Parts: sequence; structure tokens; C-alpha cells
Amino acid sequence: MTEPVLSVRNLTTSFRTEAGWKSVVRNMGFDIHAGETVAVVGESGSGKSVTSLSVMRLLDPHASRIEGEVILNGRNLLGLSERGMQDVRGNEIAMIFQEPMTSLNPAYTVGRQIAEVLIRHKEMSKDEARRAAIAMMERVRIPNADRRFDQYPHEFSGGMRQRVMIAMALAARPKLLIADEPTTALDVTIQGQILDLIKELQQEEGMAVLFITHDMGVVAEIADRTVVMFRGDQAETGTTEKIFRDAAHPYSRALLAAVPALGAMEGADKPLRFPRVDMASGAISPLPPQARPVDYAAAPLLSVKNLATRFDVKSGLLNRTTGAVHAVEGVSFDLWAGETLSLVGESGCGKSTTGRSIMRLVEPRGGEISLQSRDVLKLSGSEMQAMRRDIQMIFQDPFSSLNPRMTVGQAVAEPLIKHGIAKGQAARARAAELLDQVGLNSAMMDRYPHEFSGGQRQRVAIARVLGLEPKVIVADESVSALDVSIKAQVCNLLMDLQERLGIAFLFISHDMAVVERISHRVAVMYLGEIVEIGPRAQVFGNPQHDYTKKLIAAVPVPDPDRRALRRNTPVDELKSPVRPLGFVPPVRSYREAGPGHFVMSA
Amino acid sequence: MHIFLAKRLLVAIPTLLLVSVFVFFLQKLLPGDPVLALAGEERDPATLEAIREQLGFNDPLIVQYLRWIGAALTGDLGTSLRTGQPVLELIGQKLPVTLQLATMALGIAFLFGVPAGIYAAVRKRRAGDYTANFIALTLLSVPNFWLGIMLILLVSVNLNWLPASGYVSPLENFALSMKTMIMPALVLATGLAATLLRHTRSSMMGVLKSDYIRTARAKGLAGRNVVLGHAFRNAVLPIITLTALLFGELLAGAVLTEQIFTIPGFGKLIVDAVFTRDYAVVQGVVLCTAAGFILLNIIADVLYVLLNPRLRAQL
Repeated sequence: MTEPVLSVRNLTTSFRTEAGWKSVVRNMGFDIHAGETVAVVGESGSGKSVTSLSVMRLLDPHASRIEGEVILNGRNLLGLSERGMQDVRGNEIAMIFQEPMTSLNPAYTVGRQIAEVLIRHKEMSKDEARRAAIAMMERVRIPNADRRFDQYPHEFSGGMRQRVMIAMALAARPKLLIADEPTTALDVTIQGQILDLIKELQQEEGMAVLFITHDMGVVAEIADRTVVMFRGDQAETGTTEKIFRDAAHPYSRALLAAVPALGAMEGADKPLRFPRVDMASGAISPLPPQARPVDYAAAPLLSVKNLATRFDVKSGLLNRTTGAVHAVEGVSFDLWAGETLSLVGESGCGKSTTGRSIMRLVEPRGGEISLQSRDVLKLSGSEMQAMRRDIQMIFQDPFSSLNPRMTVGQAVAEPLIKHGIAKGQAARARAAELLDQVGLNSAMMDRYPHEFSGGQRQRVAIARVLGLEPKVIVADESVSALDVSIKAQVCNLLMDLQERLGIAFLFISHDMAVVERISHRVAVMYLGEIVEIGPRAQVFGNPQHDYTKKLIAAVPVPDPDRRALRRNTPVDELKSPVRPLGFVPPVRSYREAGPGHFVMSA
Repeated sequence: MHIFLAKRLLVAIPTLLLVSVFVFFLQKLLPGDPVLALAGEERDPATLEAIREQLGFNDPLIVQYLRWIGAALTGDLGTSLRTGQPVLELIGQKLPVTLQLATMALGIAFLFGVPAGIYAAVRKRRAGDYTANFIALTLLSVPNFWLGIMLILLVSVNLNWLPASGYVSPLENFALSMKTMIMPALVLATGLAATLLRHTRSSMMGVLKSDYIRTARAKGLAGRNVVLGHAFRNAVLPIITLTALLFGELLAGAVLTEQIFTIPGFGKLIVDAVFTRDYAVVQGVVLCTAAGFILLNIIADVLYVLLNPRLRAQL
């Protein structure tokens, strides 16, 4: 066998802390050959990004220590001077990052940022670099590359920015590409396009790829071999096939079991809890479905008709309104007690605005919302306050949605006090009860949010909402920021609460696999409108609208047999629902594809 | 760009009017009588009344205000009660002096504050950073008047290197002008340099943490290129806004500094005018300063937009 391009031996990285050096990555060892893709997977804090930054030596040398060997084509990078390393970065090893929105310098044109690599490493003149950069932009399929060379990053969409990053990384034809969660921040259809692009370029160039991700679906699609990391240690390494079919380490099995896989719900009719996984032994014990029946004969709890929410676009000297973002247009649905209705779609489709409009956190322009047959849009300020007891919201980011200066006990007790449900010791006792209900130890109630993990904070947010005994909970991407094992636990908690208390969830998410698992019904949104709505089994099993089909096809499935898969989706960008002044939204008609299954037909 | 500028200028008009109302009426509320100050030894009530009548001080305040602002709109800010010179002419004489002082101080402050701030940010939490911060804190804590007097004692009196006071126009004798102004400018610059250092440091530290700096390093760019080429270009934006705001502070500082070094500038003009209740001069100077301040902020806004591609699209 040929020499590997990159060979990592006994890599141990430590950070300086007040208590001395603390190792965050220990004894990593793996090889990558030319043309091969190796994935490093693990949950947050497992050290996968630190591993990639250690290979590039991009960590602050005053706060970190890297030991072991990182051998690139026979040369130990850890022995190089910083200047020597600068000649390697961007030239022999290139890197792309997770956040395409922030990884490009906003002050310079994208062309300049790509050309810079060529001027630095290939000693090209400005003109040569410009020509080469435009050729590179064309290779990553950026349309009108010649014109877009002179545009700034903010003029590009997320997917296009990631193409720019890839063009920049590959400009100097590196031997090794490190891709650190390159598709995590992207919409699922765009993710498919970017994965395709990386595979294609890898084939053409024969370079080695080190792919860092937390998404087992992506791993299955792209990696030849996989390294599983667990709390800084290398749990297991092997061919992707072997890891998926016959993992040796209990953690690998646990991680795979917790991954929601699209299509896993075929044949099931009720929302299904994720199996309980023992992290130590890797033993998997399935849990029962959420069995509480939904009474569709009763009147719906929440009924939304022709909801429209628009944001004015102003311009000119007098800030005249020149158009509007039609964020939500003609959205109608019902939600019954004890039911989970999921709103799915890609960024900008209006799913979050729909949730916020129902809460009247943004004011809708038109339509009707009735909650328990009360007209929500006609309520006065104080009536609205009272109504919010019945309809509550949980947000995406558990880090910023809790006040850092309030203990979690206070955070949970606050709504009880504000709504006059309990006060003083009684509120405190109820808060303790609520924390117990969401699986937190009530002894922790005097601690502050920063002492909790992301999953625990999301539980605190749920406990806070539960105190008001709401009938409806709007969960806006509430599990999206969580690691897979935590995500499974929080989803199970939501299903437990629904079974016990009969809460209705409006579950807003872009994660199709989670949605398939926990929903009774699903509504697919595109450009502010619902294009398809129906029972979960119908929408996933028999999708009718083109967009629904495209969305489902784009989701990576954790099955290594799909590795050769190319989606060959055309390069496109998400459209925006900005309309000129006086635009009259077309009246849509829906056809019934099955019982309760409606598809936009015109 | 035209629309952007037009918007800014339109907003400036009510602001200036508001300033004129404030300065006019606040001044009338102050104790003291300009006529008494003007009349000197003369205490004959009939004479005083005649002067009052002649100057229009007996008219209702609103009429006086309208008369003044009406004239101001045509470029006539009135005449000084004390010297009889037109206010505009007085300002024309003194303004260049203060502008020279302020510009030199700002230049010195930039020359030291910004590079030191960049250095401190790069050396975050190491000896270089601590040293820079220590110096900044010291400079901020030392009062201008004390530093001024000490410098005069040391440099002028003991060492006899530079003149202790006076003013020479740079158009007359550039070298001598610099020699007389360098010390007051230095005194005025100390606090400013320290403020700039602190803000440059924090702005740079924020930018250095950002993802695109990591990208720049991952491209293999050398440290200097990353810091000056990629980081400072973005970190300079808040510093521009800050500088325009600091200009107000600079004028306040100039009043004191001009007193210490007996420089016949704007500061000295307004202090003398307030003491003699020379209404027209006080009003004129304040209005001019406000206009200058607003103009500077408009310039800062324009620069900010020009340097920030995301805003440029809105022009």
C-alpha cells in the first residue's frame, strides 16, 4: 500500500487552565490516503474540532500544547516553525469551516479572498490570480463567476458562501482537505449539493479528505473510514461499513442507535419514542410509542385560517414602503389536543414566523387565529397576557433563552408568580416539582444556567413553560441545537408530557428525521405557504408535492450502502418571498390526496 | 450616496435649531447683566436703560430669539458687545488656532493609541498587553492641567527647549508654529490616546476571535497580514465613530489647555465671553461648535458606510 498523505500518531492536545494543563484530545491515531475520505464523528465536546485544528496548528500556541506526531507526506508538522507551518496551511492542507456566514471577511470581495491564496502560495501576479480564481469559482459551480468575483460575502447565500470557501480551500490544490462540519449550518437541499461537490472535486483531484461531523447520515454518505470520538478519546476506528454494521465500542453503537433515521417509521402509526441506550454497555432497549389517542371528532384546540404576516421593505429618501417580505401567506391548519403537528421547511420558509404570529410576538397582517374558540387577534394587551398561559413557546437556543443572572429555580418560578398562580415558598416548591418532572434534580434549583449543559437548559426551559399548564406549546427548533443522544432524550420527554398531560405541540423544525419520529401530522412550508399537509405516514410515505419529495430525498440517511449516491440536484438557491408593493397573493387551491392529506395544486 | 447624505443633512437642521434654542434661553437664565459689564463705571439708570433699549434687550425673549436666529440664517451672528467686532470675524480668527491644536492632538493620539491598541490585542493577557494597559490607565488618570504645568516647568523653564506659551500661525512660520504647539497638543492628546488604545484593543480582540480570522490563518497568511490586512480593516469601523464623538471631548479639553498655554484660541474666546456676558459671542461659538460636531459625525457616518460593504449597498 502507498504511503498515507496524513498520518496522525499519539496526538494529544491540552489546554492551559487555571488548574494546569488539561488534555482534551488523547492518543489519536489514524491515516488518510490519497483519494480517501476519513470521517471523525462525535458529539459536542468530544474533541473532533480540536483534532482538526491541531493538525493545522491553528490553536493559540500560548494556551495549548500539541504532542505526538502529525506526519504529512513524511514530514512531521509539529516540528515545523510557525513560518514553515504558514507555507503548509492553505497550500498543502486546506480547511473549510462550519459557518459559511461568518467565515469570510466581510470587508473584502470574495474574489480577492480566493486570489489571496494563489498570490501567497503560488507567486501569481494579481491578474493571473484573478483568472485562476474565476476558473476555480466556475469549478465549484458559482454562476456568473466573472461578475461575482467582485461581490462581497453578504451578497451570497449560505450555500454559495460555502462554495466560495471550497474554491478558496482548493485554489492551491492541497493534498489534504479538512472539512469541519461544512454542511451543518446549511439547509438540507443545499447540504446535498455541497456534499456532491466535495465528492466530485475529490475524485478529480485525488486529494485526501478529513471530514469532521456529528451527523451519522453524512458520514454514511461520504466516508470510506470513520473515527469515532468519545470525550477526547478515540473510541473506535474502522471502515464506515464496519462501524455501521458491527461496531465494537459500546459508544459507537449507542451513538448510532440514537440517530433519528428517515424512513425508520415506515409501518408505524403513532409517534415513537427513541430507544433507551446505555452509554456504557451500548445496550439498546426500545420504548413504547406515545399511545394517547387524538380525538379528531372534537373541535380543534387551535385553528389558524389564512394567516398572513408581512414585513415592509422600505427605501428611498422618505423611507417609503416599496415592497414586502411575504413571510407567511395564506397559512391554514388545525391543531387538536394531544396532537403534534410539525411545520417543516428550509430557512426563510416562514415556519418560525408562523409560530411567532400565533403567539402574536409578531403581528399578523391578516387571517384568523382561534384558540379554544377565542379570537386571538382581537384580544387586548392584558387579555393576550392571560391567553399566553394557554399557549407557550420553547426556543431553539438553550444558551441564550435563559437569563444568566437568574437561578434556574427563579427562572421556573417566574411565570408562576407573574401569572399569579403561586408565590413565595409555594412557587418555589412548585418549581422544584416541575424540575423533577422534566428529569432534573430539584436540588440544583439554586444554580445558574451556565452550570448546566445544553440539554439540561432545554429541560429548564420546558419546566418553565409547564408551570402554566399550557394547552399548546410552540416548540421552535427546540431540539435542533442538541447532540443526538440529548436530542433523543428531550424528544422522549416531550412525548412523555404529551401522553401524560395531553399537550398539543406545534413542532417547528428543519430536521425531517426527528419530525417523522414524533409527529401525528406534518405541514411542509415553502416560501411562506403550506404546500402539503397531512398525516405523518402519508406525507413521508406518499409525498405528493415536488418540494416535499425534494426535501425528503435530500436528507442523508445513516446507511453506508448509499455512499456512491450522487443526488445531481441542480445548483440553485433558496428563493426569497420579497414582493413588490400592491402584490396580490394568488388564491391557492388544494386537492385531497388521501384522508386529511392536502396538496397545493395551484 | 446622495440620498444618504441628504437624509443626514436634513436631520442636522432640527438638531441645530434645538441647540440654538437651548443656548439662547439658557443663557438668559444665567445671573449677570451684559449691560452692566459693558457700562463699566457708568451707573446712571437712564443711560443703562438707553443702552438696553438700543440693544433690543427690552423686547420679549421670543422676539430677541427670532431676530438673532433670523440674522444667523443669513450668516450674521451679531457683534461682540465687548470688542464691537462681528462675531463671525472673531470666530474666523480663533477657529484656525483651535483647529490646529485639535488636529495635532488627534494626530498624536492616533499615532500612539491605535498601534498600541493593536499590539495589546495581539499580546492579549501577556506582558505587552499589561504594559500598554498600565500606561493607558496612567495617562487617563493624570489631569491635563497638571501635566501641562509640569511639562512647562520641565521642558520650557528648566531645559529651555520649547516656548512655554504663545501662538504662531503655521502659514507664517511652520517650524516655529509646530514648536509652540507640540507641547499643548501632546497634553491634549494623552487622554485621547489612552481612550483610543482601550477601544482599539477591545475592538481588535473581538475581531481576532472571529471565524474569518481563523480562515485567513488557515490560508497560510503571515501573522502581520492577518492582523493588519484582515483584522484591523474590520476593527477600525467602531473607532471611526468613537473618534467623531471624542471630538466633543477634545474641544472641552482645548478650553483648558489653551488657558494653561495662553493660546488665543476658541477656548479662550468662549471663556472670556462667558465672563463678560458677551451673549452674541457665546451663542455664535456654541452654534459653530455644534455645527462642527454634527458635520464631523456626518463625515464619520459616511466613512463608516464607505468602509463597510454591507452598508454601501444601501447608498
